[in-house]
Formats: sequence, structure tokens, C-alpha cells
Amino acid sequence: MTDYTRMTAADIAAALAAGETTSVEVTQAHLDRIAEVDGDVHAFLQVDAEGALATARAVDEARAAGQELGPLAGVPIAVKDVLATEGLTTTAGSKILEGWVPPYDATVVAKLRAAGMPILGKTNMDEFAMGSSTEHSAYGPTHNPWDLDRIPGGSGGGSSAAVAAFEAPLAIGTDTGGSIRQPAAVTGTVGTKPTYGGVSRYGLIALASSLDQAGPCTRSVLDAALLHEVIGGHDVMDSTSIDAPVPPVVEAARKADVKGLKIGVIKEISGEGFQPGVKQLFDESVQLLVDRGAEVVEISCPSFEKGLAAYYLILPSEASSNLAKFDGMRYGLRVGPEGVASPSAEQVMAATRDAGFGDEVKRRIILGTYALSAGYYDAYYGQAQKVRTLIARDFAAAYEKVDVLVTPTAPTTAFKLGEKLDDPMAMYLNDVATIPANLAGVPGMSIPNGLASEDGLPSGFQILAPATKDERLYQVGAALEAALQEKWGGPILAQAPELAGKADAR
Amino acid sequence: MTDAVVDYDEALQTYDPVMGLEVHVELNTKTKMFCGCSTVFGAEPNSQVCPVCLGLPGALPVVNASAVESAIRLGLALHGSIADWSRFARKNYFYPDMPKNFQTSQYDEPIVYDGYLDVEVPTESGDGTEVFRVEIERAHMEEDTGKSLHVGGATGRIQGAEYSLVDYNRAGIPLIEIVTKPIVGAGSRAPQIARAYVAALRDLLKALDISDVKMEQGSVRCDANVSLRPVGTDKFGTRTETKNVNSLRSIERAVRYEISRQAAVLDAGGTITQETRHWHEDTGITTAGRPKSDADDYRYFPEPDLVPVAPAPALVEKLDETLPEPPAQRRKRLQSDWGYSDLEMRDVINAGAVDLIEQTVAAGASPAGARKWWTGELARRANAEGKTVEDFGVTPAYVAELDGLVKGGRLNDSMARQVLEGVIAGEGAPTAVADARGLELVQDDGALEAAVDKVIAANPDVAEKVRGGKLNAAGALIGQVMKELKGQADAAKARELILAKLT
Ligand SMILES: [Zn+2]
Repeated sequence: MTDYTRMTAADIAAALAAGETTSVEVTQAHLDRIAEVDGDVHAFLQVDAEGALATARAVDEARAAGQELGPLAGVPIAVKDVLATEGLTTTAGSKILEGWVPPYDATVVAKLRAAGMPILGKTNMDEFAMGSSTEHSAYGPTHNPWDLDRIPGGSGGGSSAAVAAFEAPLAIGTDTGGSIRQPAAVTGTVGTKPTYGGVSRYGLIALASSLDQAGPCTRSVLDAALLHEVIGGHDVMDSTSIDAPVPPVVEAARKADVKGLKIGVIKEISGEGFQPGVKQLFDESVQLLVDRGAEVVEISCPSFEKGLAAYYLILPSEASSNLAKFDGMRYGLRVGPEGVASPSAEQVMAATRDAGFGDEVKRRIILGTYALSAGYYDAYYGQAQKVRTLIARDFAAAYEKVDVLVTPTAPTTAFKLGEKLDDPMAMYLNDVATIPANLAGVPGMSIPNGLASEDGLPSGFQILAPATKDERLYQVGAALEAALQEKWGGPILAQAPELAGKADAR
Repeated sequence: MTDAVVDYDEALQTYDPVMGLEVHVELNTKTKMFCGCSTVFGAEPNSQVCPVCLGLPGALPVVNASAVESAIRLGLALHGSIADWSRFARKNYFYPDMPKNFQTSQYDEPIVYDGYLDVEVPTESGDGTEVFRVEIERAHMEEDTGKSLHVGGATGRIQGAEYSLVDYNRAGIPLIEIVTKPIVGAGSRAPQIARAYVAALRDLLKALDISDVKMEQGSVRCDANVSLRPVGTDKFGTRTETKNVNSLRSIERAVRYEISRQAAVLDAGGTITQETRHWHEDTGITTAGRPKSDADDYRYFPEPDLVPVAPAPALVEKLDETLPEPPAQRRKRLQSDWGYSDLEMRDVINAGAVDLIEQTVAAGASPAGARKWWTGELARRANAEGKTVEDFGVTPAYVAELDGLVKGGRLNDSMARQVLEGVIAGEGAPTAVADARGLELVQDDGALEAAVDKVIAANPDVAEKVRGGKLNAAGALIGQVMKELKGQADAAKARELILAKLT
């Protein structure tokens, strides 16, 4: 019997189109897999079996009736819990939104529904997407399917882990400083952050509005492209969304050709201070691209070194304002202060926030409030915005010389759960390679490029393209993926340890 | 506790007032500033809301293009510059009525800057009028907040209330805030200038048709900043900000009160605290609100959810062509067209009847007739009944018809008033009312002559007086003739006839 959980989305779609299976069968297979392994992985905060099967049935009926269906119709998907789903609890990984059921769908979710994709459930994440390890979820951490004692990356660890653990063929993540790409790197999956504005942010619970971007979490570059086409495009509900057609990403992924392409290796993020095994895999990947006809150029982006500092001023500043709406007045958690008979609105708000927000969220709200306050604005937020401009200029200058830029996605493979919890700075350093793309709004992708020699854990290869030229990510990513799979004799996830039965063994 | 005040005129001997006026205007766009919700006033609470104006997690704003056009038209009418690139910012503060706990507003990058509005005020000597130019610093766009209703307390305020309800229908209604530069040199006329400025602005908004300008519904609200400095000095004193004053009369009174109050504080050797103050319409005083301090840190930063507002020059040019004739200029033109004296025109303006008279004249009435009805009988009745003339259902066409009936000799004044009575009572158009009520001057000269003869015969003493040259005495005879003909006589004709017979 075919195991549909081990297939790519593209192959599932082909089997559905050919009538070899039904969406109900495929969806049920994934629900079964979730039941089997999610107790260990904890990728999901909520599973919506009923809703997913209802969509699956509807798609099967439509297909039987001969209706024209989209390319991914009937292929199930998981959605990061930061996107509003009508009728389905949405918490952004926070206690303050526990049990909140949005009365509306995020545009991305509406597009998935319109495409006939069954939504399996909502995936775990760091609270309000703040974190690089999914340990800051108010509902407990997600475990890396490669090693359950390790982090799955963050903030979208749930989405990447679900894809890596074969619980979902596809998932939606969001990337504010690397939260799609960094989890992809440490779970051996593909993650794309489209150009800022390429996918609507409407209904995405904002962390930092000027940085947030939803995108695909998948097991292949082609799957990412197919999903990118479903969720991308202009949205009148998001004034920052780009009013232009979705770049030809599927065509580029199928082309998978780098002949004559110029690839820039960013000097400042090419391996200095990175785990040796990660650095080694990066160099090998660059060589594979050269072997396939690409030309490699070393590029300097001096401002990137200031990116992390700028990011950790801009993000908390915007977050402090975005999270101000969580005051216990209208929805979500409301906590009255202890021992106060008739508390004031301010007292209720303070007690609610104290109980509802986790430490990392509080830390960043305080930081952001400080950075925005009169007298400090110019020194902090203002300076950070200037750095942002410099980074955009570095990118622009680099793209005059090369077609894409490449770096290792994350400095290390997955670290152990709890290892860096008490050291926020060490945690923040994880995003050093991914953050510049968010600050400049350019697209980026991480693809798995091997298992590090020292620990046998996945490493990621990051490709960055100019804004709106997302197709280049897919073209280069697919070429490297093909070269690597030739080397490995199949997808890297085939080398992941079997999870079934793990729970009993532990 | 009531503050001490100094006599206003005395205060002005010592101090020179400086004012700054901030006027908030609710626009009459069909939809809200950042979403598609309706803006109709008075709807069922929370019936005009959506994820965006409720600030639900994930919802995003989109700028209402029509509100931007209103702001640009206002800016052009205020002789202001239109920024080719402006931006929204977030003003962060906690407020239970405000769904996002920040207000999306234009901070340091407003759409309109550097304009002016000329207002007409009485001269210092009081024997005429002159133009005072109020300089505009900026006009910017922002969103309104929701509204709280505090239930269970005696005062309707939050203190003592059992619970509070919030209506978000108003949250997100587009506002324009127009901020003046410091108004100096107003002297003792500061309160009048404040009033005249808001009145002129209101007229302009009305002419532009970008706001309902219903001050009583809060669609135009004024914050008045007032400070005093010793006469002859240049440095501004500490100011207070009297919030949300919403009638022309109150603006004048509030400024006047603040001048007297601040003078008392300064005279006593005290200092003015920078604070917001509340205006009390009933007692005519202001009381201290929140002190302004460094703690008022709104942590402004550019709104990352919105792209900058960058109106194309072609759009600005196109909007410039839609500007109406400036209200002051229009009034001058109409006064000259209608041949009204300055005093008559002022009455018409005060009665808010310019448009009505224009429409009535257009419907065929004489300017004098139109003015007589709208500023006379109708204004008097409206005033007495606490209504507006529009409430009576009397249209300019009806008034023109009525005027025609009088001019044509069918009705005299008292009959016309009876007809108007019928129109207000809903009996129909003036001619129909006159027909139904049998109101018509006696046109039959024979009947009039017979009545005159009868009255002369019955009043020989009076007739003798008239013969003796006391023409005023004829009035008594005319009255008798009117009585004889049940009021339906043409008084002028009767007088003519009596005099012809007796002299
Ligand atoms: Zn709305």
C-alpha cells in the first residue's frame, strides 16, 4: 500500500489528479500519522480532523463532478498558529489568546481554502513568533524529529517539524527574522520567505509589521513553488502587498538550472564562527553549483554585521505597539488583580498581561517601549532604520554583480532543548544570517544541504534574491536539490530516524 | 472648587493672550478611514464594525482614498501646501475606547502644511469689520476612537459606574485635525477671533461638502490652547488646552474664561500649569483635567502597516478644480446681487439662511421676500420651538410660491402667515392651502367701495378728522373696512379709496 505521508505534495497532487487516490484517503493518512507521532513531536497545537476531512470530501466530490481544480487541490496542509482561521482557535502560541476563535480567515488561509486544501490543524510556535527554538511557546516546546531532545528551530518550529515528521506534506510558516528558514535548516526541510509584500499579511497576527512574511514550509523546492503560487499575490486588504503578478516560481523550480548564473558568497556570513560541519557542507554546496555551471563571486556586505543589532531594536519597537491591543478588554484572557475588589481598567490590563505574556514577550515589549520613547527614539529606533537603509544598499550593490547571494542558513545544527534558554543573546545569534533579508525585504530560501559531520544533524543552505525576483531562489534551490539528491540517492528526510514507537522507548 | 477670575477688560490691560486652535473634523466619507465599514451616525451600537476597526489580531488598515481627497481639498481651500509624500504614524497610548491601543495619525509628516484662513471680525473700535488672518500650521488625517457608556453611576462618568459599555461604531471614522500657528495680536478680541475662525472653518467645510459640520453631534470639535504673556513681552507663557468645545458660543466663552482665570493666577503671583482643561457649558467655567508632563510619551513611529500617502500632482490639480467659491466671497457676491444692507446680510448669515434664500430666489422669489420669510416668521418660530427651519418641511419652492401670492395681490401679510401655518401643518403647497382655507383678498372694487361708504357713514367723527387733514386717522377707518370684509381686503386699496372720498 502506498504511504502517502512519504510523498511530496507534487506527487500527491499527481496521484489525486490521476484518480489513484482520494483527498480523504491522503488526509486520513496524515491524521493517522499525527495521532501516531505528534505525542512525541508536539508540532500541532490543535488538529482539526473534522474540518480537514470535510474539505477533503468536498474536493473529492468536485473532482468526481469534473470540476476544474487548482494544482494542490486535495493536498492537506498545516498552518502556523499565528494566522487567523475562522472558527478555529488561534493563539499565536500565547496564553493571552488561549481559546480565541477568530471570526475571519487570514488571506493566506482563505486562499488555501479556495484552493481546496484540507487544513490539518494549527502548528506550534514561539509565543507571538518571538524566539528561535519554539521553546517559548506557552503550550510547551516542539521536538526536532531528527532528535527529540533537540529544538526544531523557531519561531515556526511546529510547521517545519510537522513537515519533517511526515505529519503534513506542506505547512505555512511566517518569517520575521528567519522563522521559516532557520527551522527548515535544522529539520532538513525547505523553507521560503517570499519578497516582503509578496504574500498578504492580512490575518497574520503581527510581530513586527515591517518584517513579517508568510511563506511555504515543504520537503522539496517544487512543493514550495506550488504552494507559493497558491498563497502569493496582491491583496487589497494589505496596503503593503505588492500589486504585481506572482513571480514564475513553479516554472523556475522545474527549470532547476544554474548555467551562467552568478552566485555571490557573502564574505561576512560565509562560515566564520559557524559550526565546522555546517561550514564544510556550505562549501561543498557552493562547489556543486559551480559543477553545474554557476560562477561564484565573493561579495562584501559590511552593513550586515550591524543587522542583528538593528533587528533587535526594530522588532521589539514594532512588537511593543502591535501587542498593546492585548489588554484583556475585548477578547482572549482577562485576569483581575488579586485582592482588589473593584479594579481599574489599568489594573485589569496589567494583571492580564502579567499572566498572559511569557518572559521573552515581556522582555521584548520592555525593550521596544524603551527604544521608542521620546529622547531615545533617535539613538535607537532612528539609528536602526538607518542601518536598515545601509543593508538595503549593500544588497542592491551586491545584486549589481551577482544574480543571487548564498550563506549557510544557521550557524549551527539544532541545539539541545533548554541549552540556550537562559542566554537570550546566544539565542538571538542564531538568526544572524537570515535577518538581513527581512530588514531589506528581499526573498530568501533555505534548502537542506546535508548532515553535519560532527553530529549527523541537518544543515541548511540559504539563497537570497533581489526583491520580486523570487523565481531565482527556486531556480538555484532546485538545481542544488537535484545535485544533492543525486549524491544522497534520495531526499535527505529518508535518512531521518523512524519516529514511530519512540514515545514508548523514552 | 471654582477658580478665581479677574475682570476680562482688566486682564487685558496687563496681559496679551496667545491662542492656538486645534479643530477636529469628522469627515462625511461613506466608509471609515481604514476599512469599509459604514459611517452613518446613530446606528445600533457595534453594528458598523469589522476586524479592522475592532483591531482584531491580524487585521490590517488600508487608507480610504476619499478621505485623502477630502484632506487635499481642504488643504487647497486653506491656501495650504499639499505634501507630495506624507505618512501615518502610530500614537501609542492606552484608552479603553481605542481597539488597538494606538491611534493611527499623521505625526510629523502631515498631508497639508502652511495655510491660512481669513476671518472677519469687528474692528477694535467696534464701528466696522476687518479681516484677521489666522495662519494654519498643518492639517492632518487620523482616525476617531470609539465611545464609552458608563452605566449605573449617578453622573454618567466612569467613577461610580457599575460597568461600562463600549460602542466601536465611531472607531475609525476619518478625522482631519487642523492646527493653527500661535495666534498673536488678537488682543481683547481673542475670544471673538476664536469663534469667527471656527465659524469660518465650518462654513468652508460645509461649502466643500466634506463634513456634516454638526457641532452638536461632535462632528466638529475644538481644542483651545490659551496662554498669557505680560503686555509688551515676546515670550509665550505656559498654555492650557481646553478640550472638545463644541459650539461657537462656547468657544468664545471658554477662551474668555481662560484669559480671566489665568490672569487671576498670574496676578496672585502663581504659575500656570500645563494641563488639559474641561469646559462646562452649564456653568461657563473650565476645570483642570490631566496635567501634561513628560510622561505623555506617545512613542510615535511610522505606521509600518501603511504605505506612504503620495498624491500625484495631477490628482491635486484635478481636486483644485473642484473647489467651491470661498464662502466669504460668495456672501459678498450674493449681498450685492440681492441688494441687502450689511445689517440685513448679517441677519441672514446668523440665521444660517444664505443657501435657503439663494434657492428661494432661484425659485422665483424676490430677494426681499425671501429674506423676510426665512429670517422673519420661520426663524422666529424655529427659535421659539427649538427647531431648525428645515424641520418645518417648508421648502424654498413653497416660500417662493408664497411670495408670489403676496406680490400678485392674492394675499396680504396676515393671510400669508395663515397660509404658512397651513404649510407647516402639512396641508400642502401655499396655493392649495389658500384655496382650502378660502384665503383671498377681495378683488371686487364694488364690494370694497360699498364697505368704505358704510364705514364712513358709520363713523362721522373720524371721517371729519380726516377731512380736516389728519390723514393718520384714516387707519381706524381701514381697520373697520377690513373687519367688514373679514380681513380679506387689500389695505392699500382701502386707504386709497377712503382718502379719495374724504379729501
Ligand atoms: Zn471596520
